[in-house]
Amino acid sequence: MVEAFEESAMASSIDTIRDLALQDYKWGFITEIDDERVPRGLSEETVRLISAKKREPEFMLQWRLKAYRHWASLEKAQAEPKWANIHYGPIDYQNIVYYSAPKQKPGLKSLNEVDPEILRTYEKLGIPLAEQQLLAGVAVDAVFDSVSVATTFKEKLAELGIVFCSFSEAVEKHPKLVQQYLGTVVPHTDNFFAALNAAVFSDGSFVYVPKGVRCPLELSTYFRINAAETGQFERTLIVADEGAYVSYLEGCTAPIRDENQLHAAVVELVALDNAQIKYSTVQNWYPGDKQGRGGIYNFVTKRGKCAGVNSKISWTQVETGSAITWKYPGCILQGDNSVGEFYSVALTNNYQQADTGTKMIHLGKNTRSTIVSKGISAGHGQNTYRGMVKILKGAKGARNYTQCDSLLIGDQCGAHTFPYIEVKNASAHMEHEASTSKIGEDQLFYLQQRGLKAEDAVSMIVNGFCKQVFRELPMEFAVEAQKLLGVSLEGSVG
Amino acid sequence: MSLLEINNLHVEVGGHEILKGIDLTVNAGEVHSIMGPNGSGKSTLAQVLARRESYQVTAGEVTFDGKDLLAMKPEQAACEGIFMAFQYPVEIPGIGNAYLLRSALNAVRRYRGLDELDAMDFLPLLRERMNLLELDDKLLNRSVNEGFSGGEKKRNEILQMAVLEPKLAILDETDSGLDIDALRIVAQGVNAMRDPDRAMILVTHYQRLLNYIVPDFVHVLVDGRIVRSGGAELALELEETGYGSMETEARQTAPASA
Repeated sequence: MVEAFEESAMASSIDTIRDLALQDYKWGFITEIDDERVPRGLSEETVRLISAKKREPEFMLQWRLKAYRHWASLEKAQAEPKWANIHYGPIDYQNIVYYSAPKQKPGLKSLNEVDPEILRTYEKLGIPLAEQQLLAGVAVDAVFDSVSVATTFKEKLAELGIVFCSFSEAVEKHPKLVQQYLGTVVPHTDNFFAALNAAVFSDGSFVYVPKGVRCPLELSTYFRINAAETGQFERTLIVADEGAYVSYLEGCTAPIRDENQLHAAVVELVALDNAQIKYSTVQNWYPGDKQGRGGIYNFVTKRGKCAGVNSKISWTQVETGSAITWKYPGCILQGDNSVGEFYSVALTNNYQQADTGTKMIHLGKNTRSTIVSKGISAGHGQNTYRGMVKILKGAKGARNYTQCDSLLIGDQCGAHTFPYIEVKNASAHMEHEASTSKIGEDQLFYLQQRGLKAEDAVSMIVNGFCKQVFRELPMEFAVEAQKLLGVSLEGSVG
Repeated sequence: MSLLEINNLHVEVGGHEILKGIDLTVNAGEVHSIMGPNGSGKSTLAQVLARRESYQVTAGEVTFDGKDLLAMKPEQAACEGIFMAFQYPVEIPGIGNAYLLRSALNAVRRYRGLDELDAMDFLPLLRERMNLLELDDKLLNRSVNEGFSGGEKKRNEILQMAVLEPKLAILDETDSGLDIDALRIVAQGVNAMRDPDRAMILVTHYQRLLNYIVPDFVHVLVDGRIVRSGGAELALELEETGYGSMETEARQTAPASA
């Protein structure tokens, strides 16, 4: 395994790849061209319009409306949460377009038409050619490989009875399943942004794995052919029935720009008896420029419910993008013997801010949770770990292991830790370790004196630091994540 | 052609002039010792040769193997064949000792247009050098210098030198903090690396190390200048008289400050 981590980021000039304007990529099937636009702003009318445009059944509209009314009451009461260790200007919720129809993009004919700088990024990140074409917006019918690969993929899944489609398609084709599980892990009342998402969510992924089925392939957003767009308000729901297994990959390392600054997604996972869900995220949203202007706000609610006995849910994330990252992927350990895991690398460079961590709620008996959080701060970045481990009264024999480590690069950045530990059962076993370290000039010089370039030295130290988390990522993601860290840290040294 | 040629080197740190005109010639195959009281600039000289950027060269030239050393970044000087054994080797958690060594060796090999070594080829080479320095196999997988005793850290430095096979090895107070046994082992390792194609500069405060590693030349550095040079016996003389008399002499002959 160590061999795979040896590839070190190549040094290059300081200009970051994020300065490149990456066109929105929207591609997919042609729907009836509907010229009517949904005007800016949010009201009950907007919600009705969204639901109508998506041709949703009544239950979906009612669900949205309930959420909207709740959100509106919160907004009116100025109850937008302000307790996180992040700072941003007021968000004008009336100045956002909450629905855009999937456009038929003219599409490029080949990669030759793509900005060479963008191609260079893809090369650096080791993105395979077929995926480069997808990302760059090469027209669908020119991407033979992707289409055929994706088709084979879908056929294989269909054989096993696995449902993997867009959320919109699931509402249309599997309404009962959706209705059964939607909002059972993150109800619309959960928090301000969850309420907003529930009201106006655009699209996302839906996965259902039937009893006893082990999904043979890693499910990735690339292969969700009917993906309308990388939404601001994505909603994903994954259900693993009894004895099922699925590994899902979200995101990609390629930098993505979006006109819409606020991204408030919701992800719900449900694992029944003896089922297992592995959810991996690599996030590199536009983080703003070197002075901290622009950049996406990534306010996400992600939660998994280990509903069944012996069930397991693992979250693995590598967050290097966004101007502000605010998320606590967590697990509700309801079933006896259930296991929750959280492995995270969060990087803040330049003026990025992150307040991220996890929540592990132990309800059932003999439940176990593992938390490994690695925060890297560089430039003027501010990185906060916030974790909650809650052992309820009936949670006999609960065990938790938490390790949160911070790495500081340079002397202008910050790392903060807010662990919350609430134990209401005396048989609980808790372990908590924390460390803070710095990449000092002396460490860098030591490695340079042994022949390594400064950037390679930083990369080596950082990868050593993140090893424990990278080990949990699916192989292809692990290699990409390594490269991504190298790219994200360019310019942080010297 | 000499391996290392230092001419009128002036170095400042934080606005203070530490080296005030150093002249020194080192040929391949020679072992030089730089001795001097605390604050004389011994470590500064070592760090400048290793190209630490926080040390500002204000005048002078340094030629290494015919090339301008002062124009090189630390990694380039390293790949050209300069190795420094640090006085206080730093800990680097998360990076395995063997992994670092192989990466370093391959960086140098790449620079010289040689093939890189994979783990299979590297390990036997490494093991052989570790035996020489009586280092335990277990240290291979530990993070660089993490949890190492003082003696182990110094032996690890010499291990790295043995693997990287530099043209010029600068040992910065390698003997500090070592007991007699560790000193013996370190000296054993250093002596095994003596070679007609290799030069060494031993920076040391005490004469004791020089009983084990006998130098060809000894230079006394006082207040940023080399005030005396001689053979190995000069070190013994210093042992008797101390640095005091040389410091007085240095003050008397130093040019008056502007």
